[in-house]
Amino acid sequence: MKLLVKGGRVIDPANKVDRICDILIKDSKIASVGEDLPADGNEDVIDATGKIVCPGFIDLHAHFRDPGYEHKEDIITGSKAAAIGGFTTVCCMPNTDPVVHNGPVASYVKRKGEQVGLINLLPIGSITKNLEGEELSEMAELAAAGCVAFSDDGKPVMRSDVMRHALEYSDMLSLPVFSHCEDLNLSRDGQMHEGYYSTLYGLQGIPKEAEEIMVARDAELARLTGAHLHVCHVSTAGTLHIIEEARACGANITCEVTPHHLTLTDEAVGTYDTDTKVNPPLRSEDHVKTLVDAIGSGLIDCIATDHAPHNVESKDCEYAKASFGISGIETAVAVIMDKLVHAGHIDISQMVSLFTVGPSRVLGLELGTLAPESRADITIIDPDAIGQVDPKTFYSKGKNTPFKGMELRGWPWMTIVGGRIVAREGRLV
Amino acid sequence: MRFDRRKDLLGLRDVSREEIEVILGTAIPMKDIIRRDMKKVPALRGKGIITVFYENSTRTRTSFELAGKYLSADTSNLAVSSSSVQKGESLKDTLKTIEMMGPDVLVMRHSCTGAPHYAARNTKMRVINAGDGINEHPTQALLDMYSIRERKGTLEGLKVAIVGDILHSRVARSNIFGLSKFGCELRVIGPSTLIPPDIEKLGVKAYANLESGLKGVDVINVLRIQKERQHGALFPSIDEYRELYMVTPEHLALAADDAVVLHPGPMNRGIEISTELAESSRCVVNEQVSNGVAVRMAILYLMLGGGRDEIAG
Repeated sequence: MKLLVKGGRVIDPANKVDRICDILIKDSKIASVGEDLPADGNEDVIDATGKIVCPGFIDLHAHFRDPGYEHKEDIITGSKAAAIGGFTTVCCMPNTDPVVHNGPVASYVKRKGEQVGLINLLPIGSITKNLEGEELSEMAELAAAGCVAFSDDGKPVMRSDVMRHALEYSDMLSLPVFSHCEDLNLSRDGQMHEGYYSTLYGLQGIPKEAEEIMVARDAELARLTGAHLHVCHVSTAGTLHIIEEARACGANITCEVTPHHLTLTDEAVGTYDTDTKVNPPLRSEDHVKTLVDAIGSGLIDCIATDHAPHNVESKDCEYAKASFGISGIETAVAVIMDKLVHAGHIDISQMVSLFTVGPSRVLGLELGTLAPESRADITIIDPDAIGQVDPKTFYSKGKNTPFKGMELRGWPWMTIVGGRIVAREGRLV
Repeated sequence: MRFDRRKDLLGLRDVSREEIEVILGTAIPMKDIIRRDMKKVPALRGKGIITVFYENSTRTRTSFELAGKYLSADTSNLAVSSSSVQKGESLKDTLKTIEMMGPDVLVMRHSCTGAPHYAARNTKMRVINAGDGINEHPTQALLDMYSIRERKGTLEGLKVAIVGDILHSRVARSNIFGLSKFGCELRVIGPSTLIPPDIEKLGVKAYANLESGLKGVDVINVLRIQKERQHGALFPSIDEYRELYMVTPEHLALAADDAVVLHPGPMNRGIEISTELAESSRCVVNEQVSNGVAVRMAILYLMLGGGRDEIAG
């Protein structure tokens, strides 16, 4: 089976490629990348003129809720949503029921992902048993079952000694710890970012320090242990500062930001629309601006969606009772294209890096490249397609998005996984 | 009258000065009705009002019920603690159930900020916020403003101090939103743990010291210390609070000559306000209660569009 992608602008940051050329795919692998590759008539030809052709996008942070919360999402709908959203590889967080804290659960997730077969699904194992923050999960067993990282995402590991040991132990397995940084004593019953707008809107605030204190602690523990710490969903300027300083001292720290923290502010909470309720909360304008600047300057390794789908009942209720989270995997690329690339904050090759070689390096895997012989995972973007965000059309079960109704320019056009077209122009193939 | 076109009254943040003036002006003849021997006018005959209180507050609920009754509306109360809400019914379904019974106005008290806004979006009934979480309590602020104006003759440019737990106070927030539209100089006084962040961006000056905050003010609004909101370490003890923030006649002497004292009730005498002050002629706490009925009558009347001549008789 052969596929020839012709005439697109190929952006492959891992191999420093940015030019209009063709890609030939043979037997699920990249055969060659070059100008005017000859067709022999035995291949399907895709005319990618005017499109951006990139290595397959990687999402390091998604919640597919399977097993246990299939009313919010499952691996089938999550995989479909990811393919539509332009992602070829997705890492799934372990806060399921049961928690992905042992080999059998991890194997279930991985095998179901393979059975669905739309995207590469990589499980993340939990740091502690039942996400309780007390005893370490069987990390070696999780690694053997295919877990690519460890995280108690959704909850912080409050005990510093447990976090220290988690870092030491995961370092032994050469896998990163993905840390959800939040001091629960400080965030308490908070509903939104603490500041002018929490005062104006009369909602309990979550101070930015709830995040920063834990980032500082984890950064110190990363230095102590020499382990690889990955900071999830960075949302404040202070967090970036702490990471920058710790890196300068030799700590091995990577980090991600989400599309919503890069593009929305706490002002959006004013209508008490529960789709704006997310953890960490939408921050004030100065933080958003700092995050956008940092993304331009290379301080941030990747963009991750923190795709957090919820059933309608968890969101269609009082603000304080609503669950935290945004269903974001189908809008991530369009949000970044429209609000950051077309708005002139970053150029398109930076964006491609943040979705490909960036997350690939965090995982230490041979992904996010169009080098010959690598697996043919390709994301093609139509930079000028204009579309309105309509949650009703989502493949995800989670319709909870604060971007609803927004008109965005620049959408995924085609998703190719292992040489097979899985999504095209917003539809599954 | 612009108020006629408003479906709901959710908070004073989004209500204009003109609308507030219409409400306060309409409350004047309403207060006359309360003083009459025959306290009933037919203005809202055939209209239905339902109060739904997810937090207990007998006095606010009774005030709304009497306001409706004096205007000849039919009022009813959904007892939340004994209703299907306890059986896990969603707010959406409770609202729909009430709506199908046909009332015109829903008066709602809820422990969650934004619940009345949610209700307003999800029902055709008009919604009046009777207090939501730590957000707003617009009718309380309107009755406070009415009481101040009644004593001082105007709201324009007054110096107003609010004392107590500002962080958790919907009364404080609604007063700030309302009074700032009349050019008042606003101060909040309380322990720094109970002052919300960036409050000065709302045009409010914050004081930790009671004496300096009260200097020269025309109005002192003393808030109730809500013991149930003081989870954790917000202040050390009621004793220490009393030492630092209980308002007494000596404090009143620091204020302007004819300053008045308000309290939304129920008072914790000897904690946030001394008994001498509570019982002094400068304290308008009892008038506030009557004015509360008058202001709520005005709001119901304006919302449900009763004829102006009907309240004259």
